Amino acid sequence: MKMHLSALATGALFGAGLTVSGMTKPSKVMGFLDFAGAWDPSLLFVMAGAIAVYFVASRRVTRRAAPLFDRQFHLPTRKDIDARLVLGAVLFGVGWGLAGFCPGPGLASAGTGSITALVFVAAMTAGMISENAVARLLARKGV
Amino acid sequence: MSDSVLALIGGALVGVSASLYLLTHGKIAGVSGIYGGALRGTPDRAVRVAFVAGLVLAGAVLGQIFPSAFEPAGTGSLATVVAAGLLVGFGTQLGNGCTSGHGVCGISRLSVRSLVATAAFITAGATTVFVVRHLLGGSV
Repeated sequence: MKMHLSALATGALFGAGLTVSGMTKPSKVMGFLDFAGAWDPSLLFVMAGAIAVYFVASRRVTRRAAPLFDRQFHLPTRKDIDARLVLGAVLFGVGWGLAGFCPGPGLASAGTGSITALVFVAAMTAGMISENAVARLLARKGV
Repeated sequence: MSDSVLALIGGALVGVSASLYLLTHGKIAGVSGIYGGALRGTPDRAVRVAFVAGLVLAGAVLGQIFPSAFEPAGTGSLATVVAAGLLVGFGTQLGNGCTSGHGVCGISRLSVRSLVATAAFITAGATTVFVVRHLLGGSV
């Protein structure tokens, strides 16, 4: 129970941060991506704020033997740059540019009851489920 | 407060949240990874669902207090929003991450995969906005 409440609070803080930062406004996100127009640099400040905190804090945290609610850390170790990574990031980027939402701000905005945000999240969910299905199929065929 | 200051403060809150998730659950706070795992039904599904519920709850509460902090998705048609959602969902699962997992956590950890992914999605997003705004006249 304690770990679920903590995850709920952490998620709410994440959503509050996204809202304060302006990431829940697609016009600002698209403004950041519009290098040929009236470029809006504020998304850089969002990344700078988040990276500055996480760069320092994550190093301190991982010095611990284990996290609070688990026996060990589960952190990515892969270093290879493969086609799936790049193709996935490109497809994500195209969708991000079309809607102005990435997954976090999309989910937070869906909480407001916004129809377009709910449609975005429903389609995003379908996209995730299809990718997982394709990945399982490819894995079965040994690709 | 100026947009840049709010962006910095909001970003720092995201960094604090991601650090707390690492401290409590020992994992990367990437929204697409957390949500995708919840959909797949990983053993820690309940924790992931709780995190996503918190994210949605933040929107529900803040949407009432600061409605102007939120805007609709896209630039016009609902069909574009559907296409965008499908691409974001499929792409983040294929590429193992989104703005938070690769862009914030991965870059902070100096992961080369995350640097490459972030460069790729920003380039693709900028190209898309260029095509929509400057070649197609603004709305699709």
